[in-house]
Amino acid sequence: MTVQGKVVGVYGNMISVAFDGNVQMNEVAYVVLGDKKLKSEVIRIRGKQAEMQIFEISKGIGIGNPVEFSDDLLSSTVGPGLLGQIYDGLQNPLPRLAEQCGFFLERGVYLDPLPGDKKWEFTPHARPGVRLTRGEVLGSVPEGIFTHKIMVPFNLHASYTVKKIAPKGNYTIHDIIAELEDQHGKSVSVAMSFNWPVKRAVDAYAERLKPVDTLVTQIRIIDTLFPVCRGGTYCIPGPFGSGKTVLQQLISRYADIDIVIIAACGERAGEVVETLREFPKLPDPRTGRTLMERTIIICNTSSMPVAAREASVYTAVTLGEYYRQMGLNVLLLADSTSRWAQAMREMSGRLEEIPGEEAFPAYLESVIAAFYERSGMVRNKDGSIGSITIGGTISPAGGNFEEPVTQATLKVVGAFHGLSRERSDARRYPAIHPLESWSKYNGIVDRKKVKFARDVLFRSDEVAQMMKVVGEEGTSLDDFIAYLKGEFFDAVFLQQNAFDPVDASTPRERQHYVFEKLLQILVAILKMPDKDDARSFFNQMRQKFLDWNGTEMNTDEFRSIESELMNMLRSREVEQLDKIYDSQEKSGEGDAKNLPHHQ
Amino acid sequence: MRKIYRTISEISGNVISVYAEGIKYGELAEITSAHGKSLAEVIRLERGKVSLQVFAGGRGISTGDEVRFSSSPMKVSFSDDLLGRIFDGKGYPRDNGPHLSENLIEIGGPSVNPAKRIIPRNMIRTGIPMIDLFNTLVESQKLPIFSISGEPYNELLARIAMQAEVDMIILGGCGLKYDDYLFFRDTLEAGGSLGRSILFVHTAADPVVECLMVPDISLAVAEKFALKGKRILVLITDMTNFSDAMKEIAITMERVPSNRGYPGDLYSQLAARYEKAVDFEGAGSITILAVTTMPGDDVTHPIPDNTGYITEGQFYLRHGRIEPFGSLSRLKQLVNAKTRGDHRALMDGMIKLYASYKETLEKKSMGFKMSAWDEKLLQYGVLFEDELMDLSVNIPLEKALDKGWVILAECFTPEETGLRTELLNRFWPIKEAP
Ligand SMILES: Nc1ncnc2c1ncn2[C@@H]1O[C@H](COP(=O)(O)OP(=O)(O)O)[C@@H](O)[C@H]1O
Ligand SMILES: [Mg+2]
Repeated sequence: MTVQGKVVGVYGNMISVAFDGNVQMNEVAYVVLGDKKLKSEVIRIRGKQAEMQIFEISKGIGIGNPVEFSDDLLSSTVGPGLLGQIYDGLQNPLPRLAEQCGFFLERGVYLDPLPGDKKWEFTPHARPGVRLTRGEVLGSVPEGIFTHKIMVPFNLHASYTVKKIAPKGNYTIHDIIAELEDQHGKSVSVAMSFNWPVKRAVDAYAERLKPVDTLVTQIRIIDTLFPVCRGGTYCIPGPFGSGKTVLQQLISRYADIDIVIIAACGERAGEVVETLREFPKLPDPRTGRTLMERTIIICNTSSMPVAAREASVYTAVTLGEYYRQMGLNVLLLADSTSRWAQAMREMSGRLEEIPGEEAFPAYLESVIAAFYERSGMVRNKDGSIGSITIGGTISPAGGNFEEPVTQATLKVVGAFHGLSRERSDARRYPAIHPLESWSKYNGIVDRKKVKFARDVLFRSDEVAQMMKVVGEEGTSLDDFIAYLKGEFFDAVFLQQNAFDPVDASTPRERQHYVFEKLLQILVAILKMPDKDDARSFFNQMRQKFLDWNGTEMNTDEFRSIESELMNMLRSREVEQLDKIYDSQEKSGEGDAKNLPHHQ
Repeated sequence: MRKIYRTISEISGNVISVYAEGIKYGELAEITSAHGKSLAEVIRLERGKVSLQVFAGGRGISTGDEVRFSSSPMKVSFSDDLLGRIFDGKGYPRDNGPHLSENLIEIGGPSVNPAKRIIPRNMIRTGIPMIDLFNTLVESQKLPIFSISGEPYNELLARIAMQAEVDMIILGGCGLKYDDYLFFRDTLEAGGSLGRSILFVHTAADPVVECLMVPDISLAVAEKFALKGKRILVLITDMTNFSDAMKEIAITMERVPSNRGYPGDLYSQLAARYEKAVDFEGAGSITILAVTTMPGDDVTHPIPDNTGYITEGQFYLRHGRIEPFGSLSRLKQLVNAKTRGDHRALMDGMIKLYASYKETLEKKSMGFKMSAWDEKLLQYGVLFEDELMDLSVNIPLEKALDKGWVILAECFTPEETGLRTELLNRFWPIKEAP
């Protein structure tokens, strides 16, 4: 008999329930309202009263409505068939919900997350008699382009002997594919799918490793200056309209990764629509299949129930962890973590907890840290290596980064891509601020060269600031050229045209190649009679370089523009300082003053 | 059976509490006091205690007043009879027409399944070049008009209401000055647009709680018409009053404020309304334009800030004009490739030149010498402002594009515009020989 309760209070999306018996923290319960049962989660227990957040609109609930506790924690269903799905924050499949309910999200309708009638071609790997523990492989099924490993469910904590395993054949996710027996002779039947509580990190791997490999996103400013790592974390804070969502969308398309999970958390529904209407049509350059086949969308947009928004990021990361257990590389993109934090704030307020800064709960920091900690690279029990990379956007109030969510996130992530209003207003996309952003990971370009290039930017910015005071007239030609070099670097490399078919994504080799050429320009000591000449030289170079960026690599046109560029450079170059960035390293800090001086 | 109670245990601001049984969250009640009747809505249940926000406000309510529960949430009548009518925030007639009570529909219903949404595809023409040409309004878009008080935002809304190419207009007034209400009514009537409009108007003199109902009522009605195939434009003025009404209730309920006194769910509350904008596949659509006055002209104030995160761009109204900088229609690229071949290029090119004009103006004000190029820009800036930016300009998109070329040709040589040669060949006006 499960525990029963009665509603004793309703306040927004918080329901108070009096119960008898035992209730668990984070247990799922259903509020019975007429012929509907509304899902909710226990978030506080005091004596014989529990507070629950309800995942639905609470209108119409009254004192005395029965509540049925489920004895289960809020969980996700995992198994073959997750890829290509579009779920809400509680893993309700939205397209099937639409077939059943039409235009609107009817409350109290919960469908199975995975199709129960689909047959999967199962190949057994474990033989009867072997001993296995959770996360070890029983067999596999093909799922799209991947080999989906069927593992001992992560919630089976003993050590098991395989008693029986299904022969090769077609099975549904509910069919029993193995009989296991624990040390005490108790037997368990295992199917291809099982549930895992979303707020617990999956830990059925052998060992957690330090992330080292760059995750190539094909966004130049990221891969070269502020790289992301497989198994690492990054955040993208920025005011509205600065390009957070577009950047995440670009990464979801072009990142070199097996599986992408998009958590559209509390932002516009319209933006998800673009993804879910276009991904089924866009080819994945790595496999030729559609992008949708490697993508899962968790969609709890701003007008959907707030409590489910809080759950949605956990659902997303749980599905990611499941695929990581198969030795796949997963990228989780959460847009926006601020909306998730706000959902926590809202519930904390209803619970009348003592508020922290900007009324966020005192535990905000630890919850954010724990979420990002679910990223990471692991070695699984079968030796395969898998990873989850987490990238979250942040929507700071007033665009001011000195706010609790941004600050708490910066403490725990490995890379910071700060978007600036100035840059997005100037249409300098992606608007990642090149002076303020940082990354602790290794990129695809040698660190020394990157440092040199960044110093060029710092120097250029310095001159730009100075010029605001003294005007162009009061600036020396040397300084002016240093300024133009920085602007040039920004225009032709850091900025990238998301709408140009070629420029939108730059593969690793091309970034290397282009960056080397760019360095030649940046280190060159140039001969210029005056500022007007310098400006027009860099304008011409910029135009050429942008044309080059729009040209397919290794074509005749590519080579011809390249030689034009190099000829233009040589016509002005006085001296080539090949290894300037090496010599700089020796001189210690290598501050901007060590940059080449112009005559 | 209706439940009637005669003991009000607490009165605080516009919120009262009664001990009652069998009450549902969101249920509507009627309170009869010495000053008349008022509706009230249940906003909290705590054991036996029921808290209600009183539409007419708490003032003058006595602990002995009668509270009669209706067993049903707030509803509004829906039929074609609504057209041409004017109601208040409760949905009661503000004109002399009859009270409507048939076919009641609930307000604040569930949100649209994202899987049922489609990518927006149709432009809405307004005849205002700063919108049509530079920041095209798209069917199903939600856009605020960010403005400081004193700007002619209501005039702008009224013009859009008269000219927008949609089937119906629903105007929601939140805390509207009485004069402004009359202005809307008379303008729509004189322009012959009242017949395709429905007005839900809460004026500044009305009880503040009623203001909270206006967006929900307007959007619930819009949704029903849209499902019947109508393309609806919902105009709301002013969402800042709506947000402030929400703040007032939150503070009365002793909720912890998150930012400058506003409740932590301001974002979700605003989003619940704005996200009603939708294009129903196989039926009609809802487009939302909402005035948001910025307290202290500060776009980082919680109301415009949260709004900007929700909406699909924004129009900045400043000095009586829609500012080209900062204003953005995030959806324009979905439609402006299909209008006319020169639309996108002209849109970008003219704004870039206008930005250069602004720089020149700054240089001029600092006393720098004006070059020949600067002089050209100065001429261009004035023409641009007078002939395209001025809100009184009223021409279709094609005329606006033509005018754009004429202005360019008057000020510059073709190469100076930075536009592609192919476009210049097609569109550059040929000057008659003198
Ligand atoms: N990389 C980019 N290239 C071109 N335009 C961009 C880019 N990033 C953003 N934009 C423009 O800025 C607008 C807002 O971007 P978006 O990502 O939605 O902002 P945010 O999510 O930060 O509010 C987009 O609609 C687009 O017009
Ligand atoms: Mg966004």
